[in-house]
Amino acid sequence: MKNGANHATRAKAVLRRLRLRLFSSWPSAITTLTILYLGWKTVPPLVNWAVVQAAWSPDQAALCRQLIGRGACWAFIADKYRFILFGTFPADEHWRPALVIALLLGLYGISIMRAVRWPLLGALWLAGLSLIAALMWGGVFGLSYVENERWGGLTLTLLLATFGLALAFPLAILLALARRSELPLVRWVTVAYIEVIRGVPLISVLFMASVMLPLFLPPGVSIDKLLRAQLAMILFAAAYLAEVVRGGLQAVPAGQEEAAQALGLGYWQRTYYVILPQALRIAIPPLVNTFIGFFKDTSLVVIIGLFDFLTTIKVSLSEPAWTGFGIEAYIFAAFGYFLFCYPMSRYSQRLESRTAPAGRLDFSGVN
Amino acid sequence: MRPRRGSTILGAGQIGFAGRFRAPRLRPLVYQFVLAAALGVVAWYLVSTAAQNLLDLGVAAGFGFLSREAGFAIGETTLLSYSAADTYLRAIAVGFLNTLRVATLAILFATLLGVAIGLARLSANWLLAKGAAGYVELLRNVPLVVQLFFWYSVITEILPAPADAMRPVPGVFLSNRGVVFPMLELTAPDRWLFALAAGVVVLAVLWIGRSLRLPEIARRQSLAGAATLATAAGGALLLLLATRKSIKLDYPVFGGFDFAGGGSLSPEFTALFLGLTLYTAAFIAEIVRAGILSVDRGQFEAGYSLGLTERQVMRFIVLPQALRLIVPPVTSQYLNCTKNSSLAVAIGYPDLVSVANTTINQTGQAIEGLAIIMIVYLSISLAISAAMNAYNRRVVLRGNSR
Amino acid sequence: MTAMTILGLTITLLALQSSAVHAQATAAAALKKGFLQCGVNTGLAGFSQPDSQGEWRGLDVDFCRAIAAALFGDARKVRYTPLTAQQRFTALQSGEIDILSRNTTWTLARDTSLGLNFVGVNYYDGQGFMVAKKRKIKNATQLNGAAVCVQPGTTTELNLADYFRAKNMRFKPVVIEKMEEVLNAYFAGRCDVYSTDVSGLLAARASRAAAPEDHVILPEVISKEPLGPAVRHGDDQWFDIAKWSLFAMIDAEELGLTSRNIDQQAKSANPVIRRFVGATGDFGKMLGLEARWAHNIIKQVGNYGESFERHLTPLGVDRGINRLWNQGGIMYAPPLR
Repeated sequence: MKNGANHATRAKAVLRRLRLRLFSSWPSAITTLTILYLGWKTVPPLVNWAVVQAAWSPDQAALCRQLIGRGACWAFIADKYRFILFGTFPADEHWRPALVIALLLGLYGISIMRAVRWPLLGALWLAGLSLIAALMWGGVFGLSYVENERWGGLTLTLLLATFGLALAFPLAILLALARRSELPLVRWVTVAYIEVIRGVPLISVLFMASVMLPLFLPPGVSIDKLLRAQLAMILFAAAYLAEVVRGGLQAVPAGQEEAAQALGLGYWQRTYYVILPQALRIAIPPLVNTFIGFFKDTSLVVIIGLFDFLTTIKVSLSEPAWTGFGIEAYIFAAFGYFLFCYPMSRYSQRLESRTAPAGRLDFSGVN
Repeated sequence: MRPRRGSTILGAGQIGFAGRFRAPRLRPLVYQFVLAAALGVVAWYLVSTAAQNLLDLGVAAGFGFLSREAGFAIGETTLLSYSAADTYLRAIAVGFLNTLRVATLAILFATLLGVAIGLARLSANWLLAKGAAGYVELLRNVPLVVQLFFWYSVITEILPAPADAMRPVPGVFLSNRGVVFPMLELTAPDRWLFALAAGVVVLAVLWIGRSLRLPEIARRQSLAGAATLATAAGGALLLLLATRKSIKLDYPVFGGFDFAGGGSLSPEFTALFLGLTLYTAAFIAEIVRAGILSVDRGQFEAGYSLGLTERQVMRFIVLPQALRLIVPPVTSQYLNCTKNSSLAVAIGYPDLVSVANTTINQTGQAIEGLAIIMIVYLSISLAISAAMNAYNRRVVLRGNSR
Repeated sequence: MTAMTILGLTITLLALQSSAVHAQATAAAALKKGFLQCGVNTGLAGFSQPDSQGEWRGLDVDFCRAIAAALFGDARKVRYTPLTAQQRFTALQSGEIDILSRNTTWTLARDTSLGLNFVGVNYYDGQGFMVAKKRKIKNATQLNGAAVCVQPGTTTELNLADYFRAKNMRFKPVVIEKMEEVLNAYFAGRCDVYSTDVSGLLAARASRAAAPEDHVILPEVISKEPLGPAVRHGDDQWFDIAKWSLFAMIDAEELGLTSRNIDQQAKSANPVIRRFVGATGDFGKMLGLEARWAHNIIKQVGNYGESFERHLTPLGVDRGINRLWNQGGIMYAPPLR
């Protein structure tokens, strides 16, 4: 008797919740029905195309051609996945970039854990990055040398993003501090740099680095394409990160500065021990948003011909066997980037809800 | 917040021991002098190396190439007529107008869509809210380039050849060469006049709408002004149509290779427009949502307690306050949208960067070409920032003048 | 403060040190590096394309190998940089590559205002059109209103504009930068016509078309396209080395020297051949190379005719005007003396 009553009340509670959420008013009811109808019309055919009738195995190229319009051709990904992940890295050394990817993911994971304190984290990052450099270039510990023209794929995307942001961050802090300086020349130069970089598209900075930079170097000195692109991304990221850090600096109460001065601390001591830690902690949510933005921006190197994740997918498409499957290719690319960016985005939202429950506005201005 | 004395980046004066000396007055000057000298050395070095390199190569310098004949054709010349015999300057102008065209339309539609989706996310309907949330999360976490390539693939792979074009509405044809539709056949001066008159009519209608919402006394005056404007513009439009003998719709007709006549949107433009609009709308949706959420709950409750409906509370109380918080981040999204339109070079839409790039390749003058690109984008950014700052100031004042 | 000073001093030191380096000694730099950096096409069948093992093959690739053979004595000491039409000139100007061997048309503007020196012509070509056969187009005057796929930064796009203007016809350019994507777009139907050098049309049809007989190359050749390698202004020695490597390959075919018989012919008493292989005279020293420079080229790469037959004949490209001058074509090289 009691069980029956419990079931009944529970069912009634569920129904009431359903009605409240979906059918609380006439417009709401109509919306729900419209959405359900649209879902009914689009989702099953989509699933049919993407999963049921799709070709998954790599030796089904001929089948793929017949399935155009009816089934997706994921076989092309299965065929090309090593190129997409590792670029033109020598085939028998693929364990090296695979290890590098694992290391990078590990470093990201450790950085999120709050249990790891700053000095240890810094040391781990330094060790990790050195190990990554050794693995990729080789030439030490018996590993064969692989020139960086052969790096590519997902490995290159992660390297560009990680090294770019790791090197841009200290520069950004310096820029943010310089922008608040009392010395007019320092301030003007910094403002000019930040405003110019923020006012032009990233493409033009990449073009500048890949096309113009060699003209400014003496003959005989040349910087390879990857380094140029990396430099461009660092300069670009530094300008945007500087604005975010400046926002954080502004949010630190003035009393902190005054108290530190009262204690007799010099400028650099004040900044390093008192102001910066607080500013950076405040600025973490918009910082993570900026990181996400720059991870996505690494995809722009497709335009200057560097073989990152997106470019390798694009190049795979140009093989005669796989032309015409652009939709599958770019869905896969989108999926790849989503896999990295969505967790970062959720992490940032979780951070924000911890610091400002009402819903923070992102003033960093990056998307 | 300007740093106070004694807290400069290069320590102009420490309180206490060092403050006793007059040297602190000199130190900032010395530091700045050293910085200026260092920058000067770097700049001199870079410029002289570049000049030497250019001299060795024999590449020309200066902007004289702008008056030379371009020699290449541009695929989209909607706003400014252009042929291969025109100068490089005109080609770059065409590119610039193409950028403005796609950026303005994208900003406009992205705002509309973004506000709608932002409000949808706050809806009581669970399906709608979750659907909007899914849209925002999906589009924000995929790079714009990937989305552009995706839309371009959809258009070129799914749509049929012009000979078998789809016909959703009579007169409109969809094919992998884009969409063609019938358009009013007007020559150049008439086209601008028509656009002007149409714009004025739209403004007048909006004015009427606004004046209907004003209290009684002001309404009559406002309505009178709006009505006069509307009649004037409408009359001008009718006069325009009546005096031109051959106003007809130009229907696209398939012949030979493709449709001729009518207006058309190329696949590149469509892909770029779609991609930009949907992407920017996702960000604007988030900003709108955060802005509305940041308005104090008490405002809602006060509005309800006055007997206003939810719609009225939104429109008269919450949105105006939310606007204050929304406008700055939305400004930066507009700027981003304009800068992102430069990705047109990846899918072959002839925008400013694309045309300037071709120019650089044909003339070899990379520095001048890139300077043009950067100056134009900086100007656009400044213009948008200035406009939105002006709007922002108005909105802020209104909020504060209670 | 200290950091600023150190930064300033470092920059000044760098400036002083590197401004001492003025001369463009590409040959010396290449010798020091141990390899030649060669700019090639991203993938044009017959001229420069990686095969299934990733090895670069083609007429332009063979030219780079010839220079390496002349410079190092080993034709394998080359590294290839694939370049699109947009990237090729800046790569050469900036020093990223030592020589550009990428089916580039020799024009006045490129020879002067872009700071390049064209080494010679290794393929005389012209621009043509390719359309699908089902369109039943017989000649180029029927192309009014067509959508034409073209790569930016090429003489192709300029010639197209000129041709259609002269014939009072209109066309819609579909501008795509990378070769592979242009071909994809044409074969997918995004554009009606593909226009490039006729050799490129033949190569594309032979290597990329699903059904080569469904595409027809129109009879009109609307421009002269002398394709050849290029080097930077300001380095005469390097210019000479590149030029005479090309001439050596052409002269060798004229003399009947091939990769198979060169070793034997080297012992010949014929004074022309003896000069060629370096047994007499010091032409190698004049160029700054070793005496056997031409011998190495022919032994390791072959003569011009062999190179052509290895790469272009399988695609159905006839030698046409690229035959030797004494066999009905216009391939002519100055004598090696």
